[in-house]
This record gives sequence, structure tokens and C-alpha cells, in this order.
Amino acid sequence: MRAFASFIAGLVFGLGLVISGMTSPDKVFGFLDIAGQWDPSLAFVMGGAVMTATPIFWLARRRATPLVSASFDTPPKTPVDRRLLGGAVLFGIGWGLSGICPGPALVNVAITPLAIGGFVIAMVVGIVFSSRVLRPLLDARQTQQDLPDLAIPAE
Amino acid sequence: MFEPFILPLFGGVLIGLAAGGLYLFAGEIAGITGIARIAMVGSKRSSYTGWSQRSWAVAFIAGLLVAGLGAVLWAGPEVTAGIEAVAPGMLLVAGLLVGIGTDLGNGCTSGHGVCGLSRFSPRSLAAVATFMFAAGLTVFITRHGGF
Repeated sequence: MRAFASFIAGLVFGLGLVISGMTSPDKVFGFLDIAGQWDPSLAFVMGGAVMTATPIFWLARRRATPLVSASFDTPPKTPVDRRLLGGAVLFGIGWGLSGICPGPALVNVAITPLAIGGFVIAMVVGIVFSSRVLRPLLDARQTQQDLPDLAIPAE
Repeated sequence: MFEPFILPLFGGVLIGLAAGGLYLFAGEIAGITGIARIAMVGSKRSSYTGWSQRSWAVAFIAGLLVAGLGAVLWAGPEVTAGIEAVAPGMLLVAGLLVGIGTDLGNGCTSGHGVCGLSRFSPRSLAAVATFMFAAGLTVFITRHGGF
């Protein structure tokens, strides 16, 4: 039931991306290129999505558990840090170079697999490299910096 | 001719329904890169173990792919217009940056942009402002920077 609900959500999400124009790099470049022939229509995608999702999230938060699953996933409430902003910068550069973000990339796998294949493989390599190599490295450095604070001399 | 804002708005409403619905029903955040990572390696935050940790994420991605197949039948090649104009090498570099950036930054256009903003998350607001600015600046440099 949980997987079925997710499948339907993925299907509706994907149709939303196609209908809104997010799967077309031309449309995305038209939106990001404010110094060119600016096409603001894609602002309505995020606007419409946030407008619709906000009351549903509000409704969900009033419940103890989701309708067909054991518990709600709660994203971290850590402060805004360099890792978050640095990651967002790298993602923004990649999005600006290609006009493709992760959702449309996966939908496009079913539409033009040859054209998008390289992007998706590189994206998966990037995710694995970051979570297996970069994150542990950054965590280790952070722990080292934290050590002096933790080293309270024992009496 | 369609009013140019109607389809983006309608598509956005569908995305919002899907993202809100996934949270209300399955309790999961519809961030595509998070879902891709969970589909591959699972999630430390999940209360499920083994395959059940990943099954919903695989199902969500299957839904995205079926939507793509539907687009092939229902629409034409214009739904991916412009993809062939991006050089293959550029797609590889961009894919790598998107993968690393969204993993380090804990989310992309969907996770921070749709779910995070709908949950009033300060982290997501900071992330969205940052990646929008970086993307806009990148397009400005590549299109108007004399390249």
C-alpha cells in the first residue's frame, strides 16, 4: 500500500513536470536567462506546487502518523551551514549548464534515454561519490575541529 | 494558443499534490535526489529495514518513468526541447555537479523548492535562494559572457 501510494505520487509528479515544461532545457533556460528573452512562466510551477503542497503538509503535521506508513520522515533542523550552501551552489551551476534538474532527468530517461543517459549516470556517480567519499571526509574534519572543545581534562 | 502560464501552473499544482500526498500517505519527502539515494542505498532515518526501506523510493521512480512513457505517447519531442543542443560532455559535467551538489546540499528543486518551502524550512529557503542565484549566474555567464 505504501509502495502503491508512492508509485501514484511519482506518476502524478512526473506528469506535472512534463505538463509544466520542466522536462525541456529550452524552457528552463528561458526562465533562468533573465538577461535574455525572459520567460517567467516556470515561476508558476514552483508557485503552484508550493501553494498546493503547503495545506497538505499542514494537514499531515496534525496527524501522529501518515495514512499508510509507520512514521513521518523528519528532515534535519540543523542550522544553515557551508555544506548546505556549497552543495546548493554546485547544484545551481550544474542546473544552469544543462537546464536539467534531477526530477526531469529521470522522467526524460523514458522519453529520450540516449540523450539523457550520460547526465543520469554522471548524477548517480556524483551522489555516490558525495555520500561515500566527500561526506565522510567533511565529517572527519568537523570532528577534528570539535575535539578541543570535547577534551575536558579529567580530575 | 494557451495562455503561457496555465500549463506551468497546472503542472505545478500536480507536483504539489504529489509531494503533499506522498507526505500525507507515506510520510516521505518528495525530494528526487533523496529518493534516488534511498532507492540505491536506503535511509538511516527510516523506521523500516531492508528492502522495505527502499521499496517506496523504487516505486516512486517507476511512477516518474511511466509518466515519461505517457509523455512519449501523449505529446511529442517538444517536451524535451533543447536537450540535444547541450553538448554530451557538458551533460556529463552538469550531471556530476548536480549529483554532488544535491547530495551535499540535501536536496534539489523538489526537496528544497517544493517540500522545503511548503514546510517553511529556513534551510530550504536558503538553499533555494542559493541555487537559483547560482543557476541564473551560470546562464548569464555562458550566454552573455562572450563565450
